[in-house]
Amino acid sequence: MAKKESTFLNMLLALSLVALVASAVLGFVYEVTKEPIARAKAERQNAALRSVLPPFDNDPVKEMYKKAVDGDTLYFFPARRGDSLVGIAVETFSPKGFGGMIRLMVGFLPDGTINKIAVLEHNETPGLGDKMDPAKSDFELQFEGKNPKTFKLAVTKDGGDVDAITASTISSRAFCDAVERAYKNLDLTKGGAQ
Amino acid sequence: MNQWKNFTKGFVVENAVFVQVLGMCPTLGTTTSAYNGLGMGLATTFVLLMSNIVVSMVRNFIPDKVRIPAFIVIIASFVTVVQLTMQAYLPALYKELGLFIPLIVVNCLVLGRAEAFASKNNVWTSAIDGLGMGLGFTMALFMLGSVREILGAGSWMGFKFIQGDGMLLFVLAPGAFLALAYLISIMNKLSKKNA
Repeated sequence: MAKKESTFLNMLLALSLVALVASAVLGFVYEVTKEPIARAKAERQNAALRSVLPPFDNDPVKEMYKKAVDGDTLYFFPARRGDSLVGIAVETFSPKGFGGMIRLMVGFLPDGTINKIAVLEHNETPGLGDKMDPAKSDFELQFEGKNPKTFKLAVTKDGGDVDAITASTISSRAFCDAVERAYKNLDLTKGGAQ
Repeated sequence: MNQWKNFTKGFVVENAVFVQVLGMCPTLGTTTSAYNGLGMGLATTFVLLMSNIVVSMVRNFIPDKVRIPAFIVIIASFVTVVQLTMQAYLPALYKELGLFIPLIVVNCLVLGRAEAFASKNNVWTSAIDGLGMGLGFTMALFMLGSVREILGAGSWMGFKFIQGDGMLLFVLAPGAFLALAYLISIMNKLSKKNA
């Protein structure tokens, strides 16, 4: 078959057809993957909630409420067991990471003590700042069981109580910043409901 | 053309990274570990293979003057397919590579093969070319990722063999350039007798 000539009509037809087929394929793939993507996201959120909160038997995602601060949003997930509040998980953020935004899930006990922290999203340097992830180093351990009322959420260089990750002071600062933001905006008297 | 030669040229003689020095953005950006390099390489291989096949299939139907936009649409579609699929079924890998997946579209290697090879050869030859080039690219990324992970983090494929940190420089951006330069010079030494 000879090559089509570059007449206006030929070009129009060829490009339209290519675009039409491409959009049909993309629409199909989008539909097929929509549900698994949503499921993978929810799964990640649930796994983070379970790992930072004490055992609970309600659905914190259903009781979730939001608060807009510093140009972004904090999400609060109250966890209950029976009727009593056992903790609140806060999805918090800091724009001060070495690679931009970091997002954490911080689990607080009803008295404001930090239970555990999980890292949801970050773009820190692999091998350096990514050690904020509990899977990669013990950095996060020093926060567990500490109450920010008495535990100053800043690296020791800045006069705080947090030992920074070696060679990753910026990442460590951002981590503290995110936890601090979660704590500052946490209203424990509300017991979650707003 | 001899199909075996056509397939293997992507590994050494015309290797995309070491010889043609194409697709440097994903090469330098994603190779912080062997696993990431492998993932990026395989994603690119899939796009390259599929785009080569499709471009070769439609090569007689696309008028010359609009061939580049048509190729770009085809490539971008396959990249989006890879992105959505990875997001759905390999969320952990997507978390690591997410930022770089859309950049496969602008990887010169993919458009380069579509323009220089697939638009002039039949489907079968183009498929072999795409697969060979893609796997050669994967091999290069895997080697670079391995070197950087071993030197920089003291581990390989997630297996840690020294305590603490390695030479951290190598997992940072400058280390990518250094490691790549040494790998290219070693490849040159091996492939050209008088280099």
